[in-house]
Parts: sequence; C-alpha cells; structure tokens
Amino acid sequence: MTTIPQTTLTSAATGKRSGILRQTSSILVLLFLVLFPLAATNFVTFQITMLLVYATAILALNILTGGSGQFSLGQSAFFAIGAYTSAVLVEHGGVNYLLTLPIAAAVCFVIGFLFGLPALRLSGVYLALATFALATAMPQLLKLHYFEPWTGGVQGLVTSKPDAPFGLPISPDTWLYYLTLALSLAIYAAAANLLSSRTGRAMMAIRDNEIAASAMGVDIALYKTLAFGISAAITGIAGALGAIAVQFVAPDGYTFQLSIALFLGMVVGGVGWLPGSIAGSAFIVFVPNIAESISKGLSGAVFGVLILLVIFVIPRGARQIAEFLQATIEGKRGGA
Amino acid sequence: MELLTNQILAGVATGSIYACMALSVVMIYQAIDHLNFAQGEMATFSAFVAWQLMQWGIPFWPSFVLTVIVSFAAGVAIERGLFRPLANASVLTNVAGFIALFAIVNSVTGMTWDYTIKEFPSPFGSSQFLRSELINSHQAGMIGVTGVLLAFLYCFLGFTKVGLAMRAAVSTPESAKLVGINVGWMVALGWGLASSIGAVAGMLIAPVVFLEPNMMGGILVYGFAGAVLGGLSSPAGAVLGGILVGVFENLIGTYVPGAGNELKLPIALALIILVLRFRPDGLFGRNVVERV
Amino acid sequence: MSDILEVRELRAYYGQVQALHGIDLSLREGSVTTLLGANGAGKTTTLRSICNMVRFTGAIRFDGIELSTRSTERLVRLGIAHVPQGRGTFTRMSVEENLRLGAISRNDEKAVTGDIDRMYGHFPKLKERRIQQAGTLSGGEQQMLAVARALMLRPRLMLLDEPSFGLAPLIVRDLFAILARINREDKVTIMVVEQNAELALELASDAYVIETGRIVMSGRASEIADNEDIRKSYLGY
Repeated sequence: MTTIPQTTLTSAATGKRSGILRQTSSILVLLFLVLFPLAATNFVTFQITMLLVYATAILALNILTGGSGQFSLGQSAFFAIGAYTSAVLVEHGGVNYLLTLPIAAAVCFVIGFLFGLPALRLSGVYLALATFALATAMPQLLKLHYFEPWTGGVQGLVTSKPDAPFGLPISPDTWLYYLTLALSLAIYAAAANLLSSRTGRAMMAIRDNEIAASAMGVDIALYKTLAFGISAAITGIAGALGAIAVQFVAPDGYTFQLSIALFLGMVVGGVGWLPGSIAGSAFIVFVPNIAESISKGLSGAVFGVLILLVIFVIPRGARQIAEFLQATIEGKRGGA
Repeated sequence: MELLTNQILAGVATGSIYACMALSVVMIYQAIDHLNFAQGEMATFSAFVAWQLMQWGIPFWPSFVLTVIVSFAAGVAIERGLFRPLANASVLTNVAGFIALFAIVNSVTGMTWDYTIKEFPSPFGSSQFLRSELINSHQAGMIGVTGVLLAFLYCFLGFTKVGLAMRAAVSTPESAKLVGINVGWMVALGWGLASSIGAVAGMLIAPVVFLEPNMMGGILVYGFAGAVLGGLSSPAGAVLGGILVGVFENLIGTYVPGAGNELKLPIALALIILVLRFRPDGLFGRNVVERV
Repeated sequence: MSDILEVRELRAYYGQVQALHGIDLSLREGSVTTLLGANGAGKTTTLRSICNMVRFTGAIRFDGIELSTRSTERLVRLGIAHVPQGRGTFTRMSVEENLRLGAISRNDEKAVTGDIDRMYGHFPKLKERRIQQAGTLSGGEQQMLAVARALMLRPRLMLLDEPSFGLAPLIVRDLFAILARINREDKVTIMVVEQNAELALELASDAYVIETGRIVMSGRASEIADNEDIRKSYLGY
C-alpha cells in the first residue's frame, strides 16, 4: 500500500495552523504579489506569471498524489492539452482567449477522468508506468500530421498576447499577471476547500487505506477518477495560461522532462502541502535558468540531486523547513 | 507476401531491442517490485561510453565487452548506493529515486558528450543479409546478439549455482536467507545484469536511431509495453512480449495508411493501458498484478 | 552434555508490540525439544528470533557463539536449519532444485550430490517427483521436502515450526518417525514448535510450554505428558 507522507489533518494540508507568524507571512506574501508589478519590469512580471502557472500545475499534482494517493508522471500531457486547446481555439477558432480557459479545463477534465477510469485498478508503480507512457507519447501525438493543420506540427503555433481589457493603462504582461494571480488564488482557495470537504476527506481516506475506505462505503471508483479529472483540469488551465503568456506552443515544450519538473516541484514543496506549491515552482522556474547558464543540460542533474536531497534528508520538503523555522522562532519567544 | 515477411523480420529485429529493455526492466522488477524508469537513460549512457572508447581507438568488440563490464559495475553501484537505502521506503519515495536517477543520468550524458547527433558504427555493416532482400546484416546482427545474450542468461540462471541462488532470492527471499543466500547481493547482481543487458540494447540500437542523449526515451516505453505484455513475472515472457511489440508496431506502421509510423508511441501507450486494465497478468504471466 | 543453544532474557517486538517477555531456553545437544503453546503464544516468534528475523533483545548463543550480531544468512551457515511456518518451499522450482538450494552454502559438491541421493532414500516420494515443480506437491510431500531441504545443510540444529499443520494424522506420524530417526542417526538436535501437543510430546525428550510470551512450564516431555493438570490447562487434552 502506498504510504505517502501523512497529512492527517486537512488544516495541515492547507497550512492554516494557528500561528501569527503564518498569518503574517501569508499576508506579506499576498501584498507582495499584488503590488510588485507596479514597480517591476515586464520581463520580471512575465517570470512571476510563469511561476504562478507552474505553482498551479504543482498544486494539481498535489491534489492528486497528496490528496488521493495516486501517482502521475503524466501531468505534462494535460498541461500540453490545455495549452494546445487554448492556442488552437484562439488561432483557428477566433475564440476569445478568456473563454479558452474554461474550455481547456473542461477538455482536460474529461480526458483526465477517462484516463483515470482504466487506471482505477492500477496503483503505485503501475500507475506511474501508465502516466510515464502518456507523458512520453504526448509529443509524438502532437506532431501527428493528421492534426498538423490545427497544431502546426513540429513548428507549433504562435499566438499573440492579449491587451488589457477596457483599455486599462497597463501592459499586456501586467494584465496577464493579474489574471493569472486571480485565477491561481481562486484555484488555491477552491483546492483547500475541496480537501477539507467531504469529497476531500473521501479522497484522503482512499489515499491512506483503500480497503478500509471501501469498507466504509466510499465509492473508490468515483473519487479516484474524480481526483484525476480535477487534477487534469487544473493542470489544463495552467497550461492554457502558460500558452497565453508565452505566446507559443510546440510539441517539444511538453516532454517527460516537464513531468519530472512538476514532480520535483511537488516533492520539494512538500507532498500534500498546498503552500509548498509556490516554493516548488520557484525551484523549477529559477534553477534551470541558473543551471543552464552554467552548462547546457545541467538543470537535469540539479533536479535529480534536489530530489535525492529531499528524499534522503528533508522528506517533507519546504514544509519541513517552514515548520522548523516556525518552531525555532516560536521557541525563541516562548523561551527560557 | 515478401513485404509481409520483410516487415515481420524487421519487427523481430527491433523487437529484439525492446526485448532486451523489457528483460532489464523485469529483472529489476522481480528483485525489488519497482520499475526502473531510468533504464533507458542508463542504456544510452552505456552506448556513449562505448562510442567514447571507440573514439579513443579501441576496436568495436573490445569496446563492447568493456562497456558491458562497466555497465554491470555501475548497476551494482547504483543499487547499493541509492536503492538499497530506499528498500523499506514508500512507493512514492522509490519512484522519486528512479526519476532522480533518470534526470541525473540524462543530464550527465548530455553534459559530457553534448547534444549533437553522432554516428555509431555497426559491427555488422548494413548490407543485405545473406544476399536476401528480407533484412539487412545489422538487423540480423541484432537478432543474433540478442539470441546469444538470452542463451547465456538462460544457462546462467538455469544451470549455475549463482543463477539458482539468484532465482531463489528473487522468488522467495525469506527462504533464501534461511539457506544462507545473501539476498542483498543477489539483488545487486540482478541490477548489474539488467544494466549490462540494457547496455547491449543501447549499443545495438544506436546505429539505427543515431546516438544522442535522448535516444532511448521512446524505446524504453516500447520495452515497458513488451514487459507488461509478457506479464512482468517472467524473463521469457518479457522477451516474447518485446518481440511481439516490435512486430505489431512494424505491421501497423506498414499497413495502416498515412500516419502508422508516427503512432508508434501512442500505440505502445494504448497497449500498456489495455493490458494492465484487462489482462494484468499479461499473456504469459503467473502473478496477479493487481495490487491494493 | 552441553547446551547447543542457549536463550536468555529474550524479548521480541513487532513494531511497538512486545510479543515475548523474557524467554529462557536451553537445548541439550542431541535432544529433541518441543515448544508448545496456543495460537499467538509466541512460539513462532521465538524461532524467528533465533534466526534474527524479528527485532529482539537478549542473548542467543549457539555453541557459545552469539547469534544476535549475525544476519540470518550468516548465522544459518553455522549449522542451523529452520523450517518455517508454511514450509517456505521454493514453489516455483523443482524438487531437486529445492534440495540443491538447501546445500547452496556448502562447498563440497560431490558430498552434496551424495546427500541428495540420501534424501531420496529417506523420502522415496520425492525421488519420483524430482523434476516436478515443488508448488504442485501435496501438503505432506512439501513438508517432507522442507525437512529434506533443511537436512541438506548438514545442520547441527534443526528448528521446525508447526510441521504437522494441515497434515493428516498418519502423515504426521510418519514425519515424526523420520525426525526421530534423523535425531538418532545424524545426531541433529531438533526443536519442534507445535500446537499438536500429544504427538510432539511422544517425539520429544524435553518440553517447554509458552503462554502469551512467557515460559510457564519446562521439563522432561514425559513428565509434562503425564501431568494431567498441565495437559488440561495449557495443552487442551
């Protein structure tokens, strides 16, 4: 039976433990996120947008693995589907980019749900295998020349960055940033809500002990596939946002390496700990930049070493560090 | 008719590579109940090692043998260093370990030898085999070498003391300990063998797909498909499964109009899902795969 | 005669649960000792502790050598053969391979082949089935195979965990007769853990009774068998 690091308290999963420190830091982070674009360059704004995009994708994986105990090495596939859905609809369907977001979510939900169905009987390594195959096959699927008229084949598609609505005097990058921020926060809140709801508790019961959960009357099939669908949908939204921000989609941008990155993000942030998604995302956005500038291909090794560091030294990732910091600070105050 | 035979034989040839990968995967799976997602990257690394040896002037077959030995040692080292400490950890942790290995090996390969495509020589040449139009000599070589490898493995496992100990350790570890077998070293041996077999696969396929750090990504998936088809519980099943995947995929590529060739990976994916869903024991397996 | 096996203050744990609360045992060399008790009393745990297969504290000495510091695979090579509960047969391998595995830690190939023939002499049924897959044998035959495999080690001490389990009484009698013969002729010290007390007490020279992780009675097997109170309270007959 899988033994994911336990998050037995849903409040622990959302990090809402008591502590002025926690609330203060959350407010500070929020303030920063809302205000900084006013002072930052377009490029930095764009980078933080991508940070939020990947944090959302990692969040989705957290719901799936930390929430329902299922593995996925295939999140890059859903990210790609979301991205391509948005790009294709905008470029070939003339659909408003905002509308592509819920459509991408819906498409990914259905595909995720359908993938989750045969995956029901699989657990542990077998599910990892199936999702690994999915991730590896996706670029080839995207290059299929049946679809080329829409997908642009190997070259991919170029889209244009939308302007701020209502003629607001902010740059497209800034507009996109706030859109992404709003959506990410909404998704985060919804996810936290989900995990503390009845559905979330059902999923976590499945994660902890499937047989016991089934004996208690939890509809395993429903909740597992639901988890897959929801996770895929959120990843799809993230993918779509990413596509809009980057203005470009191409098959080789969505390889298994992306799944590795998202997996790393989840593990570094702390499995099942939603706030960790941002920490994890920071790793996978900034580390490659630094690593690749030192040597091409280095980021893979750095990712690998980071994963090993987490599994051997800091098993609960950023959450463990946060807890340690909190304990240290509170210890000092409670003190002697 | 000749086209069909041609395609089947070609399928057997590529299938023999898949068979090697499937075999490696099953060897490790039997030992530790986990799938080595990094098997492809390890095989690629081995192929590069062989290439490097040849760049330094060592002829093909000595390079081949040296690479096999180095790969064996590397497999043992990885098992002892990385996965032995993880033996009692959760599935997630183990999967994370394999992914880390994937990322590191892939990265190191790219950094050491860069990403330009390189030619890898075939010791068999690429002329017609026996002057027939059915397959070329390299394809015949692939089948031949794989056959020799399997024969060696069969003899080793079936007729030697160490082979017997290994089979015992893998099937019934507790009883194996009770007769004095060091199960830990048998697992390491399994890893070493799996690495060597993977290295052979890498060196045989490199002339065909050209040597570059990402060359084995898709091939590993075909290997997994073959292993799953064979049931993950028997080396023989893995080999048969790999060959079947090769033949099947070649026939689809030839006879399905248009995009048959491009559908190889998605077909392998579909195969994996279908088999795991409807016939988890595969075609030849005996264990029940469904785990709760 | 000295004690070939000495167990002192054995406390064993499964996770946080303590299963044995200070067991003391001695086995005289050349004897047949039986460890009796109800289900869950700790009989299997005792045997597993001797082979270092569970977490325990205490001293376990075989011929004066401390066993707790050795891994299972190393300590069995000292000459301890353990036939576990459920027999532990290598079900996917042939009968003959099972016998070869019993001797796999030995280096004297010729003698091993000779021993295999001797086993076929003890157990003719096994010879008939020598290339058959072990998992297809009947319960009684598998038990014979397990004992034969243990003997291939040329052990000085043999530990058997509920060998009578699931076997018809007639077969159990045959099995115990063979064990008695092995003890006499090959000079193998035997410890048999059993729920079936009556037959075990006929076979054994010494006996211990264990209940919820503690030894509650020990002595000569004949005394315990004759003691009606003990039989009724602890052994159920």
